[in-house]
Amino acid sequence: MDHPPLFPPPASSLAENIDNIYFVWLGLSAAIAIAIGALIVLFTIRYHRHSHADRTVAPEAVRERSMHRIEIAWTLIPLGIFLAMFLWSTDAYYRSATVPSDAVPVYVVGKQWMWHIEHQGGQREINELHVPIGQPIELVMTSQDVIHSFSIPGFRVKQDVLPGRYTTLWFKATQPGDFRWFCTQYCGAAHSHMIGRVLVMERADFDRWLAANSAAGSMAAMGAVRFREFGCGDCHGRNASVRAPRLEGLFGRSVLLQDGRTVIADERFIRDAVLLPNKDVPAGYEPTMPSFRGQIDEQQMLEIIEYVKSIEYVPQGALQ
Amino acid sequence: MSTVSVVHSDNYLTADFRLWSWLTTRDHKRIAVLYTVSITLLFFIGGAAAALIRLNLLTPHSELVSIETYNKLFTMHGVIMVWFFLIPSIPTTLGNFLVPLMIGARDLAFPRLNLLSWYLYVIGALFTIEALVAGGVDTGWTFYTPFSTLFSNTHVFAAVTGVFIAGFSSILTGLNFIVTIHEMRAPGLTWFRLPLFIWAMYATSLILVLATPVLAMTLVLISLEHLFGIGVFDPGLGGDPLLFQHLFWFYSHPAVYIMIVPAMGVASEIIGCFARNRVFGYRFMAYAMLAIAAFGFLVWGHHMFVSGQSAYAGTVFSLLTFLVSVPSAVKVFNWTATLYKGRISLDAPMLYALGFVGLFTIGGLTGLFLASLGLDVHLHDTYFVVAHFHYIMVGGAVMAFFGGIHFWWPKITGRMYSDAWARIAAIVTFVGFNLTFFPQFIVGYLGMPRRYPEYPPEFQLWNVLSSMGAVILAFGYALPLLYLFRSLRQGPVAPSNPWNAKGLEWQTSSPPIPENFLRTPVVSEEPYSYSSDGASHE
Repeated sequence: MDHPPLFPPPASSLAENIDNIYFVWLGLSAAIAIAIGALIVLFTIRYHRHSHADRTVAPEAVRERSMHRIEIAWTLIPLGIFLAMFLWSTDAYYRSATVPSDAVPVYVVGKQWMWHIEHQGGQREINELHVPIGQPIELVMTSQDVIHSFSIPGFRVKQDVLPGRYTTLWFKATQPGDFRWFCTQYCGAAHSHMIGRVLVMERADFDRWLAANSAAGSMAAMGAVRFREFGCGDCHGRNASVRAPRLEGLFGRSVLLQDGRTVIADERFIRDAVLLPNKDVPAGYEPTMPSFRGQIDEQQMLEIIEYVKSIEYVPQGALQ
Repeated sequence: MSTVSVVHSDNYLTADFRLWSWLTTRDHKRIAVLYTVSITLLFFIGGAAAALIRLNLLTPHSELVSIETYNKLFTMHGVIMVWFFLIPSIPTTLGNFLVPLMIGARDLAFPRLNLLSWYLYVIGALFTIEALVAGGVDTGWTFYTPFSTLFSNTHVFAAVTGVFIAGFSSILTGLNFIVTIHEMRAPGLTWFRLPLFIWAMYATSLILVLATPVLAMTLVLISLEHLFGIGVFDPGLGGDPLLFQHLFWFYSHPAVYIMIVPAMGVASEIIGCFARNRVFGYRFMAYAMLAIAAFGFLVWGHHMFVSGQSAYAGTVFSLLTFLVSVPSAVKVFNWTATLYKGRISLDAPMLYALGFVGLFTIGGLTGLFLASLGLDVHLHDTYFVVAHFHYIMVGGAVMAFFGGIHFWWPKITGRMYSDAWARIAAIVTFVGFNLTFFPQFIVGYLGMPRRYPEYPPEFQLWNVLSSMGAVILAFGYALPLLYLFRSLRQGPVAPSNPWNAKGLEWQTSSPPIPENFLRTPVVSEEPYSYSSDGASHE
């Protein structure tokens, strides 16, 4: 390379559109800035106090009218440009905010100062993320402590990672290679060490990588183990004698709460039910669930959620 | 109009030399001087932190300071520059000095309250400097929860207390200006005869009075959570860390307008005077500042596009941000049009003002990149943002502040400075500024995150350029300190109106007498009634 790059490689399906918005803004900005600069220089020379340029002005009434016309023009023209750019960039945003239905989830836990990654098959990584090329990947992310942010400049994507809730980010890598990711939300002393790299691989290489790194079991299987360890099954299991909500087929359904609200049983609902059980008590149940705050870490929580999800989709096979 | 040119033996500076008379003064002009000395001191402390930051970023491996120290440096840089320099800068110095003079009043409506504002500012600053000396704060000026409340082991509480106290100084100044501008205008000085600087002070005061209490409430909520374990922001207690960001930016976005609207006022005065033209679209300029002040309250969510706020909220905030930028764009066109058929001279204040227009234009245009939702996702929290807001707050606000100091220096001190040196300083500042911050746009698009003491080696070139620019910029800021200081003793005595400027402040002596005017002036003219086609009256 002869000169240092001026923009990162466009390495995801979203990148090119974002770059185009950038280039159009660059062009418009350069045109406006140069026009303003040129006019300032031109007027300064032409109407310098020593110059004898014609300074006669039209009568007040005529001037007033043309001034209004000029002002209306240079109010409406920028407004039109801004609205067009607003529509384009909002459309681009909704594309990056709408996760495709065929996206494969990968779970991310940020903590001071590293990233834990876990694939559905149970493969774990730290500060590295292996993904296959051309496959939409959905990162389901949470934080163990403070707010972090997951940013992959090469893919033009970024999403803050918060404690106490799940945020998602998706991308489809379009070229193989290593792409740096950064934590972009200041998170304390070693914020600048929270760097990782996404390794984009051909599908066959990725499958080999998955097989070579297959862990003790899938996330759902690990979740089932946690489910027993923490005694969840004593109340929520199939043969439990305590009157507690059933979990089979729960995920994604709407749940009526004691206070009359209805919520969707998503990742956050399950997480809150375990860690903040008095927040959303389902209708018809006593708030007797104990809080597991401080006992279950974010990664175990994600595995339990994967387990709860699995007992909807594959009622028997998930436990292998 | 009767011009007061009677030579008066005592001016506000020589009326009483004792230190006690300064510390108990109720004269708005003396309080302006007290503020100028204080904020200049704080500016150079904040600037020293910036110098160390740029020096450290010369190499990718943080070789000058530890990463912990770096985090404290950028926090102190931000806290000091935002709350103890930029926000008070123009309103408390030039504003304090000029608001009564420009409207033909003897003082502000509440002189004692004005002195109290300065003391609150000093106490607030001392708390914050104490936090700096005691070991620093490492949260960034944004104090995001839960990091600031649960994880940082530094002196967050002292720093927050300092900001809280300084906030009351802002509120009192704002109140004082609003009442003064409403109640104390000279006979004949109708609203649309007011100089644009007064409109700017009025719009800014509205923001100061309405937004600052929200910051105070937020800081109180942090303390309540900290002391009594009430779950407000802590997710472990059922709170929401994003609520903090909403409250913080509900104040801090309007705070950006607290910094830039006064700069717009200063630039309008200077450009009108040195183009010897009526400011183009005077009424629009006045309304635009009020519109910016009002709409500025509705765009805070554009700081949170990737925070986890809903996509619909993001859409609305993006649209509103584009709308609020229209009046700013028109103001740039109007300043440029003011030059048309003018009789332009490029004295130092004018160079600063034109520099302001150029840098504010670039700052404003790059703001549009960030208002674009899809593009902001990539740019958020990178150096692109750092570059953008420095173009607005430093390129814009500080450039105009320096322009204003040069423009009104003869009035404030009664002395003329070296115009040649001042022009050199203006040009050095402009060049140094661009070299410092333009490379940051590029490294930002490449993905370099802000608040990183260490960075991948491919970003080094841009950081070296930026640090070189910072050296030039530092010269640009240090030069005025020298020649302005020198002018106090050796500068030629200034006449009452060295620039042949319009405006009531030029109709009294330089420096003004303690009671500003011997007789209350009567206004019968439009503002900026310069005539460029005739010979300028000497």
